[in-house]
Amino acid sequence: MSEDRSLARRVNCVVNGTAQAAEVSVRRTLADYLRQDLGLTGTHLGCEHGVCGACTVLVDGRAVRSCLMLAVQAEGCAVTTVEGIAPDVVTLHPLQTAFAKHHALQCGFCTPGMLTTLLEFLEEVPAPTAEEIRIVISGNLCRCTGYEPIVAATLEAAAVMRGGA
Amino acid sequence: MKAPPFEWHRPATLAEAVASLAAVAPQDGRVLAGGQSLLPAMALRVARPPHLVDINGIAELGELRVEDNALRIGALVRHAAFHRPVAHGPLGALMAGVVRHIAHWPIRTRGSFGGSLCHADPASEWPLVAVVLGATMQAVSLRGDRLIDGPAFLRGPLETALAPDEILRAVTLPLLPADAHWGFEEVARRAGDFAQAMALVVLRMDAIGRVAEARIGIGGVEAVPRRLAAVEALVNGRLPSATLVEEAGRAAAAACDPMEDAPYRRALVRAVVSRALASAAMPQALAA
Repeated sequence: MSEDRSLARRVNCVVNGTAQAAEVSVRRTLADYLRQDLGLTGTHLGCEHGVCGACTVLVDGRAVRSCLMLAVQAEGCAVTTVEGIAPDVVTLHPLQTAFAKHHALQCGFCTPGMLTTLLEFLEEVPAPTAEEIRIVISGNLCRCTGYEPIVAATLEAAAVMRGGA
Repeated sequence: MKAPPFEWHRPATLAEAVASLAAVAPQDGRVLAGGQSLLPAMALRVARPPHLVDINGIAELGELRVEDNALRIGALVRHAAFHRPVAHGPLGALMAGVVRHIAHWPIRTRGSFGGSLCHADPASEWPLVAVVLGATMQAVSLRGDRLIDGPAFLRGPLETALAPDEILRAVTLPLLPADAHWGFEEVARRAGDFAQAMALVVLRMDAIGRVAEARIGIGGVEAVPRRLAAVEALVNGRLPSATLVEEAGRAAAAACDPMEDAPYRRALVRAVVSRALASAAMPQALAA
């Protein structure tokens, strides 16, 4: 029980393909762990209570709010952040390429959450309609209101990804 | 903001979780399921449980299966599990239709069916489903298991029949017969936002197309979701028609007792009940 009563725990997880081990406070969110302990500041924090969607990351392939998950809950999980989406340092993921081409980001604050949310969605729905894309990003706030280019970029990326590119 | 300090307990089995909760419940210890309501409440400091019993490591709570003509949903089954039908027939389709209204995709991957029921937000969809479909909740504590039916489980906004040391283990929903028709309608200001009013209608028809058995419930308006007996009585035995749909909406508006914005909420109840009944009873007529 002494272990159960502690306010800090050891957490082991794989982040963007690299094994990580750290002692973290149990109240530290996964978002703060990624940003502050691992220096992966691509994951953005807007509201810290699950509304804005900026902090969305992939945990075992599922898009989740990293502000609504404790770092200690990532024990044994594989986490992918925006830094881990591209296949290598010189190649963008097709979704990132389409975002750049369609100017689907202006200030870029919402972009990491948009990309991670859409990545899981496109796995489950490889040929979405524009309406389905609008609904799936309804939980990701873009204050530049750049939704139209985001939808256009996603439609194009989906086609590229279906083609095996 | 960040959550205030707490002690975190991570039981590996349900028996350990029950023991752990029994130990911390007297100090306002809480169960942490998907965390999509509790963690934001803690970040906003409106909830300050000094102990969290995290049930995410308990495999049996994530089980979903059909047995004895019912769907048994482990308390920790995530909303996203219902994106595709989990059972043959109308029940799987109904759940897949309703789940799209629950928050947003990355909330549904983590938020849980049982957590939604235990949180008992009047604007939540699963409590309405539980009441209309006749769900049975299975709760467990050191005193053993007990079964609680939907209406008895939901006591008020954010209030359930669970004792502080009880954990919701599973929820059982009877399968719907193959000839059941359903309709669900919700009004929310934005996609994924809290419902302002919703209605779930489940019908069975007789051989000549009259309504043999209607179940009509509303949520998001009163303190807890509720079946409207007066509206069900009005619809039973009638042939579906535009007139009946209109009458049912009006009767529902008169029968409900909104917590706030009464005239507006009544207007919404009228609309969602009419639409849900129409989509259950005569989808072809709606399309025409």
